[in-house]
Amino acid sequence: MSSVPILPNENYLTAGFRLWTWLTTLDHKRIGILYTISITVLFLIGGSAAALIRLDLLTPHSELVSTETYNKLFTMHGVIMVWFFLIPSIPATLGNFLVPIMIGARDLAFPRLNLLSWYLYVIGALFTVGALIAGGVDTGWTFYTPFSTMFSNTHVFAVVAGVFIAGFSSILTGLNFMVTIHEMRAPGMTWFRMPLFIWAMYATSLILVLATPVLAMTLFLITMERVFGIGVFDPALGGDPLLFQHLFWFYSHPAVYIMIVPAMGVASEIIACFARKSVFGYRFMAYAMLAIAGFGFVVWGHHMFVSGQSAYAGTVFSVLTFLVSVPSAVKVFNWTATLYKSHISFEAPMLYALGFVGLFTIGGLTGLFLASLGLDVHLHDTYFVVAHFHYIMVGGAVMAFFGGIHFWWPKITGRMYPEDWGRASALFIFFGFNLTFFPQFIVGYLGMPRRYPEYPPEFQVWNVLSSAGASILAIGYALPLFYLMWSLRYGPPAPANPWGAKGLEWQTTSPPPPENFAATPVVDEPAYNYAEEPADG
Amino acid sequence: MENLPFFPDSASTVSAGVDGLYFAWLALSGVVALAIAVVIVIFAIKYRRGSAANRRIVEGEAHERTIRRIEYAWMLIPLAIFLGMFVWSAVVYYRSATVPKNALPVYVVAKQWMWHLEHPGGRREIDELHVPIGRPIELVMTSQDVIHSFSLPDFRVKQDVLPGRYTTLWFEATRTGEYRLFCTQYCGADHSRMIGRVVVMEPAAFERWLSAAGGGGSMAARGAARFREFGCIGCHDVNSTVRAPPLEGIFGKPVRLQDGSWVVADERFIRDAVLLPNKDVPAGYDAIMPSYRNQIDEEGLLEIIEYIKSSGNVSQGSRP
Repeated sequence: MSSVPILPNENYLTAGFRLWTWLTTLDHKRIGILYTISITVLFLIGGSAAALIRLDLLTPHSELVSTETYNKLFTMHGVIMVWFFLIPSIPATLGNFLVPIMIGARDLAFPRLNLLSWYLYVIGALFTVGALIAGGVDTGWTFYTPFSTMFSNTHVFAVVAGVFIAGFSSILTGLNFMVTIHEMRAPGMTWFRMPLFIWAMYATSLILVLATPVLAMTLFLITMERVFGIGVFDPALGGDPLLFQHLFWFYSHPAVYIMIVPAMGVASEIIACFARKSVFGYRFMAYAMLAIAGFGFVVWGHHMFVSGQSAYAGTVFSVLTFLVSVPSAVKVFNWTATLYKSHISFEAPMLYALGFVGLFTIGGLTGLFLASLGLDVHLHDTYFVVAHFHYIMVGGAVMAFFGGIHFWWPKITGRMYPEDWGRASALFIFFGFNLTFFPQFIVGYLGMPRRYPEYPPEFQVWNVLSSAGASILAIGYALPLFYLMWSLRYGPPAPANPWGAKGLEWQTTSPPPPENFAATPVVDEPAYNYAEEPADG
Repeated sequence: MENLPFFPDSASTVSAGVDGLYFAWLALSGVVALAIAVVIVIFAIKYRRGSAANRRIVEGEAHERTIRRIEYAWMLIPLAIFLGMFVWSAVVYYRSATVPKNALPVYVVAKQWMWHLEHPGGRREIDELHVPIGRPIELVMTSQDVIHSFSLPDFRVKQDVLPGRYTTLWFEATRTGEYRLFCTQYCGADHSRMIGRVVVMEPAAFERWLSAAGGGGSMAARGAARFREFGCIGCHDVNSTVRAPPLEGIFGKPVRLQDGSWVVADERFIRDAVLLPNKDVPAGYDAIMPSYRNQIDEEGLLEIIEYIKSSGNVSQGSRP
């Protein structure tokens, strides 16, 4: 590299370089970057825990770590990945950066609240990572009572406090997005001209605002019982352990949609752009996301088919779960149909998006197995469940997150990433992911329970395959860390619209100026209005 | 195939039904996933940028109508399939959730990290369960500490075991042999060591095994001893002067409560009556019974329940 080109325009990145200006910034774009850096650190910690888990599971005996350490590893993996990576991942990073720009606004409705969200996230993360350093916690991310309240001798309080605090970060972000989307759309940006990513952020915000308070209450009750011995969940104190599960899953099932609905938004943007075609059934796609957000609140009991919940409750939750899978199926069909009579090119974001569709489809279909009452009894708490939710949360949500990072990288940083490396990492992740998690469906049907550091030898072959896949997956996740960093300095400067995409974010410069647009844009066309232009190439 | 297992043994009366659902979903989802993959690949090749494929779409009202029809079709067809599968899976579920009348009871107390099992005849086991082939077995389970789960993958059955209440699980083994028992609800440090086996035997061999028990008598006999030891007999004896309901033959019968409602005197009712006597007070009696919380352990409670079951219960014949 002979010379480092200087970015041509004054932009949000050049407006003050000192650490202090970053830590006190009210610019949604900078807060998005603060979030990106923080969740990357947490992703690396959670990923390291996963690597140790897969290493330990290479052999039927827990030779690498003690069973106690193993329990702490999968707990930290779950807690960090769910609350400190997946839930904030797309909304807090891409959402923060894009929501105002995509609707033609200057910033979010409450910039100071937005900065507060990030600080709350960091404080929550410090509590949690502090508990990890202090010796860890062994309850599993689900904190089932009475184990978590009366039996665990680990740092439950610190972790619960961390998650509790981070929850308020979620609530504030959701609130901020909702108000912004309602009140700050540019002239002409009607509801049904909004990009599906905005619809996704809106549906996600609804869940964040309505579900997260229930988690906060539940964690508060855990603390009351654990610290003060107030009987809520422990039968020995007159409580009911199933009450905890109801409260926990009332939040934690919608939380799955907090992870996957944003991914659906990202995939819609990418597929429309690289297919040069409007998303098939745009309105149905928007309604489907709202339907998922709504139905998502009434299916929590499918986590409890063998918990001791009544058979009738189980039946109702089963049928409701089948209902929520209809809008998810519709989305897969619509993405596929979008490709019909399109002009597809295969840059890295498109590979990620197509990979997302494939993995989400498998994740969704295996969810139907689990929604089936009679079949779930056998599959519940086995590796089949582990494989299923990783297909949704990692295969789906993380794949889309990486696709989104590549897609908007030129806009965010003003630099192009190296295309071949981007494609290579997408393929590594796709194949590594399938090799890691597909064997887990099989070993799950064989009956291998979750959260077992030691397992019968007949399960070993599938675990070895899974661990081998995890090493490929690790390469796929590590690669972008290097070449994206490299591109910050050596990547070619990005034009305003490198992909020829529609959407307001591509009309402003890369990177955008601090105020996003020189003049407030006026919208006079539907989203993804690719049809009017003759195809290039 | 020996070293590359795909399916667990099928060793109970419900396992074929569960496998049927599994294979149906495998076929359905396999077809759907394959179809989507094939369509995406075809489109990706045919409509790659720069290809000469025909891309003409006639916009307009007719086109919009076609799109709406397609959308409703791929909403309603999956919905119909899902509802059909729901009904099927519910049928399979209710078969495994309904305990047959002639089931042989076995009592289970789970604790970190072992399974205590006790047959009504008095034989006790740890992390092992011996059962006869071809006879429904009903497990009445509770936990002494945290939540556990009793899982028999080769039988396709599983049920969480909770502290403070009884849950039940039944199965009927169809093949003799040894099968794995797992705890599938995470319960702490040695969760993965809370495992064991079920030994399915021919009925005659099972009877021999059962009668080879050491001393100690049947569960009911031990329950009767506890009944005296804890002084229950002082009030609940027919000749007692204190007003307390007689317990002979009460098991499984409806009981009228003070507030006028009716409950069935099942395991839960007896357990609550011993530990939380003021919760369900039978009509016509005063709430004067003391609580036996912290005085009686889970095994003792189950023995008292078995004693009450056996005392003058007409259905005793089916519960040897």
